[in-house]
Amino acid sequence: MAIDSDVLVVGGGLAAITSAIAAAREGSDVRLVSHKSSTLRQASGLIDALGYVPAVEPAKPLREGPPTAGRELDRDEWPDPEGPLSDPFEAIERLPETHPYQIVGVDALRDGLDLFDELVGDAYRGGHTDRNALLPTFGGSVKPTARYPAAAEAGLASDDRPTLIVGFRSLTEYDARAFAGRLAAAGVPFDVAGAEVEFAEAFRADTKVTRVAKALDHDEEIDGTPAREALAKAVSPHLHDVVDEAGGVDRVERVGFPAFLGDQHGEAVRAELADRLGADVFEIPMGPPSLPGLRLEDRLYDALDAEGVRFETGNPVVGIETETDGRIESVSVSKKGRETPYGADAFVLATGGLVGKGLDSDRDGVRERAFDLHVEQPADRYEWFVDDAFGDQPYARFGVRPDERGRPLDANGAVQYANVFAAGGVVGGADIAREKSASGVSLATGIVAGRQAATEAKQ
Amino acid sequence: MTRDTDEGDDGDESDGEPRGSEEPSPGVPQAGRDEQPSIFVPDDGEPKEATGAGGRTATDERPATDGGVKSATGGSDSTELDPDAYDPVDVFPGGDLDLREGADSCYKCTSCDTSCPVAEVDEEFPGPKFQGPEQWRLKRKGDHDIDPSIDSCSNCMRCDDACPSSVPLSQMHNEARGQFVEEQMEKLSLEYVRNRVLANYHTSAQLASVFPRTSSFVMNFGPVRWGMEKVLGIPKERDFPEFATETFREWWKARGGAQVENPDKRVAYFHGCYSNYNTPEVGKAMVRVYEQFGYEVMVPPQKCSGTPMFANGMLKDARRHAETNVENLIEAIGAGADVIASCTSCSLSLRQEYPELFDIHGIEDVSEHTYEALEYLRIHEDLDGALDGSTLATEQSFAYHAPCHARNQGLSRQAVETFRDVDGVNMEDVGDSCSGISGTYGWKEEKYEKSMKIGEEMFEHMEDAEGDVGMTECPTCAMQMEHGTGYEIKHPLQLLEETVVA
Repeated sequence: MAIDSDVLVVGGGLAAITSAIAAAREGSDVRLVSHKSSTLRQASGLIDALGYVPAVEPAKPLREGPPTAGRELDRDEWPDPEGPLSDPFEAIERLPETHPYQIVGVDALRDGLDLFDELVGDAYRGGHTDRNALLPTFGGSVKPTARYPAAAEAGLASDDRPTLIVGFRSLTEYDARAFAGRLAAAGVPFDVAGAEVEFAEAFRADTKVTRVAKALDHDEEIDGTPAREALAKAVSPHLHDVVDEAGGVDRVERVGFPAFLGDQHGEAVRAELADRLGADVFEIPMGPPSLPGLRLEDRLYDALDAEGVRFETGNPVVGIETETDGRIESVSVSKKGRETPYGADAFVLATGGLVGKGLDSDRDGVRERAFDLHVEQPADRYEWFVDDAFGDQPYARFGVRPDERGRPLDANGAVQYANVFAAGGVVGGADIAREKSASGVSLATGIVAGRQAATEAKQ
Repeated sequence: MTRDTDEGDDGDESDGEPRGSEEPSPGVPQAGRDEQPSIFVPDDGEPKEATGAGGRTATDERPATDGGVKSATGGSDSTELDPDAYDPVDVFPGGDLDLREGADSCYKCTSCDTSCPVAEVDEEFPGPKFQGPEQWRLKRKGDHDIDPSIDSCSNCMRCDDACPSSVPLSQMHNEARGQFVEEQMEKLSLEYVRNRVLANYHTSAQLASVFPRTSSFVMNFGPVRWGMEKVLGIPKERDFPEFATETFREWWKARGGAQVENPDKRVAYFHGCYSNYNTPEVGKAMVRVYEQFGYEVMVPPQKCSGTPMFANGMLKDARRHAETNVENLIEAIGAGADVIASCTSCSLSLRQEYPELFDIHGIEDVSEHTYEALEYLRIHEDLDGALDGSTLATEQSFAYHAPCHARNQGLSRQAVETFRDVDGVNMEDVGDSCSGISGTYGWKEEKYEKSMKIGEEMFEHMEDAEGDVGMTECPTCAMQMEHGTGYEIKHPLQLLEETVVA
């Protein structure tokens, strides 16, 4: 006997959650299965829509013959991308025709962002405008993004208030002074200084950020002083570190921390620090391990629960179990080696791309792992990439190619299964890293896949 | 990057047989969680063949390679390659688990560290990324002791679920802990004795059950507890569980065994220690519910599932118990039964840890035929249909906590989903935090505070929840929930009994 639902969503990230909720709101009974804990916990927590339109043609024509990867002669030359874009929506028409935004349409992106805004409520900012915000990132650069956590709000790069960036010697992946230097070099419109402080010295060098977050959440005593007070005390001596162009000293008006200011009680942590420091406090989104990503994951899974979506994590979908007349009837979920059928009227595939492991590759080719859907790719492996690391890498756009309803197409351009819809990283055609479009693609394709799956299930 | 020389000059990849079917794909663990053959270091003096029998011996099929010309994993056609081009590393001395590919699959994203409940409260604990792949690699050199911090791992196994690359983290932890206890722990130390006593709860519970009332009294008698803390390091804050005056097995015998006979629908109940000695009402609920659905319930002889033994590195004890369990469960499987556990740690142990750690004849079959009680009914019966229209006599709200070990089996939401629409039941998930007790972990004086600190979030959420009755599948989580909130704690099977067994 199969475990049945109207719509089965395979995957656990932003696209999967979006499509599950979209389908549930159309009245479908929805189940979501994901192999591992959500990859949202590795995400920065920023929700990008479209930051750049990268060139898809080299500046000068490619030479004849196969590319010569790794050799220094006759390199490709690529023009700089267009951007940072202030308006992601108007730039969509300049993307390649096979881009998911072009396929599902600009309204899908708007609807996806609207749904996101509703689900996260006041935890996020940026929904008041069509325009991108510019935020400092972990690497010291400035990034265009559509939505950002409230915790990052005071850090907007368009703000001209003098800023102190705080780091900790024990947090080796993050150097506050180098960070501040890079921001200044990027030409931000504010004076900035970086300082390394002593607070985290109470912890050993490889203390996990979750440990620091927990200590701040519960205001634990650090060597006899409550954690929040101890942190504020450590930062206070540096509030006048910023020197302006004229050589004058500014008292900083905002202080940026690595993103570990609490997990469950982040707002209270920031408020207390701001109060003690007399300056606004913000978090700088980090790479994994990412507290902003974990917080977003918590919030979105609570939303799934509230929408009545059933979900389970821990077992992978390993293949199609039964199909008739070009429709999948049930798929196999592997439970510690034992396969259990899960049936549905429609399926959403949101398993991620090459990084999320929805796609798999070896010497012979690139495959979609759950349903073995068609993935368009050059036959010769040496055409998967081009010389310039920052060029238009074909592999970056690998994935299934959907029709306007989100249904993956086979090699001849025909719908592969009438009741399968794809969303998120597994969908090809976007170069999300260069475009800064990962979250937007997930939201846009997710809402379309979810709605269409619900429509299909009703029939 | 240059074109591989062994590919042929024409670059035509379609020549010859497609290699993809046999060749390990880069970046994907070939011998990760699901495929890992495993052999635990056998009891001393036992001949090597005894454990290696039927399985592969370490070095015959897949030569270990390091920096080979073709692929780091050797690949299927490695015999064609010049062995001189390899720098062989003997990674499998003495039947050690071969976890190399698992270790190589780790790309250090630290997802495991952020999921670790111990690292969240204890900055001295280096986290699963170190305990697993990094320590495994250090050990290859031979002269490295296991870092004693392995002892602080609670074996919640959340890192398994968090890892996007299927690195067999808990298997690595189990192996390291076993080696630490075996080789580095003083066998006459009180800590060892205490851990051994805790790990072998089966044995103490068996003794205590002879005089259950006396045992319940004595074990919780103030001066006795003071002495236990001072001598053995068992925290006096905790209340020992009550021992049932009639164990599950005594009840089973008294009622004359199975009341339903059905050769087509048989299940073998793995009750574990706790449902037998402490909460027989859970076992009785299992029997009544399954009989309601027309199953013939078998109760084969059994010992501890091994969970507390793994967590204390007592792998030899665990193996001894596993031999009995596998032998008896295989017999039941032969009679057409699937194995059902009501404790999610027992089911996880039989499913995952057994085949990962031991090579006992039939152990894979036991793994494949094992289910958790509610899970099995959800797969094989129309449970929603059976619950449709049923009501709970007195309306009740439950604060449900999903055990970490349920999470790893994809079961963390099943109780909430099963009962969500039942009239009179309000089921609230108290979130994804760990209860902190992790079996015997919270029963150690030096871990008690840590355990309570981990549990704090769950206690808070339970207090916030509407209900004042807790619910969970795991007996030690239940202990912690009760200890932290004073709530009565029930098992989903008990609620199922109240709603579907008329």
